[in-house]
Amino acid sequence: MSSPTDLRRPQRHVEACMGTVFSFDVRAPGVDSTAIESVARWLHWVDDVFSTYQPSSQISRLAHGDLSIDDCAPEVAAVLARCRELTAETDGYFSGYPDGKLDPSGLVKGWAIQRASEMLTEAGSSNHCVNGGGDVQCAGSAHPGQPWRIGIADPARTGEFAAVIAGTDLAVATSGTTERGAHIWSPDGPESMAQLASVTLAGRRLATIDACATAAYAMGAHARDWIERRTDCYGLILYADGSRWSSPTFATT
Amino acid sequence: MKRVLLTIGATVVGIVALLSFKTHGAVSTAASGLPSAGLPSAGLPATSTSASPTPSTTSTTTGAPPDPTASSASSAPSSATYTGSAITTRYGIVQVKITVSAKNITDVGFVQLTAFDGRSQQINSNAAPILLQETLSAQSANIDSVSGASYTSDGYVQSLQSALDKAGL
Repeated sequence: MSSPTDLRRPQRHVEACMGTVFSFDVRAPGVDSTAIESVARWLHWVDDVFSTYQPSSQISRLAHGDLSIDDCAPEVAAVLARCRELTAETDGYFSGYPDGKLDPSGLVKGWAIQRASEMLTEAGSSNHCVNGGGDVQCAGSAHPGQPWRIGIADPARTGEFAAVIAGTDLAVATSGTTERGAHIWSPDGPESMAQLASVTLAGRRLATIDACATAAYAMGAHARDWIERRTDCYGLILYADGSRWSSPTFATT
Repeated sequence: MKRVLLTIGATVVGIVALLSFKTHGAVSTAASGLPSAGLPSAGLPATSTSASPTPSTTSTTTGAPPDPTASSASSAPSSATYTGSAITTRYGIVQVKITVSAKNITDVGFVQLTAFDGRSQQINSNAAPILLQETLSAQSANIDSVSGASYTSDGYVQSLQSALDKAGL
C-alpha cells in the first residue's frame, strides 16, 4: 500500500475538472498511483452526471423531464435529498433550485471532494489534503504531530492571506465573489451580500461545510448569527470595509 | 352515461400521461394511450414496467370517483408528484419524490434519507481548528493549501494553490 519510494515526499496530483482544478497532496503513508487515478475518474464521473452545463448529463435530463429519478444514478437522489435538508437547515438560503431551476451545484463539488478524500482513506492514506477550486478537505495531519495549515486568501489583496486555519481532519470552504464574479444566488437579492467580502467556514466534512459557506454568504448581515447557532462549524467573515469577525469557538494559540 | 364514459376516458388518459411521463414525452404517450382509454387496466401494466414512479396527490384522479371538475383538471394536469423507489446507497437509504409541472421538475423532496455525510472517514480529532489571524504574505506563510472564493481552471494558473502544487512536485 505504501509507496516504495521516499515516504517523506508528498504525492501530488493535479486534475482539471468541473471548470476548475483539483489538487491532491498525499502524505505518508502514500497510496498506489491507481488509487489516485480512480479518484480522478470519480471526479469526472460526478461532472458527467451532475453538470448543469452538459445537456446530456443526468441532472440536465432530469431537470427537463427526459429522465426519471429512478433512471439516474442513486447518487442523484442522495444529493437532491441532501439539498432539501440543507435548504431547511439554512432557512432557505441554500437551494437546489437557485433561480427556480434544478441545480444542485452548490453541494456537488464539496461532496465530490469529501468523497475523494474518503476514497483515498479507503485506499490506505490516513494523511492527505484534497483542494478543489479553493475548497479543502484534509484527513489526518500534514506531518506527525503537525496540523494542516490552510491559508485563507485575502479578497482585498491578491497573493496574500488574511488568516491561517490549522487543524487535523479539517474541512475548509470559502465563499465570495473575488475569483468568479457574482455567482451566488440569494433569496434576498444580490445587494444583501454587498457588505461581505468572503465567508470561510471550517469543520469536519466538506459537503456540508461548503454548502453552508455558500448559504452564509447569501445571508449577508445575518451570516454571523446563523454561524454562531451551528455547532458543527467555525466561521471567519471578512467584510468589504476591511473589518472581520470570527467564531469565538475557534482555538487560538 | 356518455358523459361519464368520456369523463373516465379523460381520467385514464390523464393517468397514462402521468405514468408514462417517466420515459416518454407526455404528449406522444397521451396520444398512444388513447386507443386503450376504454380499458382502464390495459394502459397501466404497459406503463408500469419500471414499477417505481407512482403518481400521487395533486388534484387528480387516482381511484377518485369520476367527478367532472376533477377529471377536467386531470386531462391537463397542472402538476404531479412521483415517488421514486427506496434505494440503498453507500450513504444510506434514499427515497425521493419529485413534483413535475409543465414538463419541468419544480420540486424534489425526500421520503427517506439516512446518513448522507460519509462515515468511512475516521475522525481522530475533536479539537477545534486553530485560527491564526495574522495577515501573511504568501512567501512568508508556511501553509499546505489555500482556501478562497472558487477559482476557474484559468484562475488556477495564477493561484497560490498552483504555486504550492508546483513547489511540491
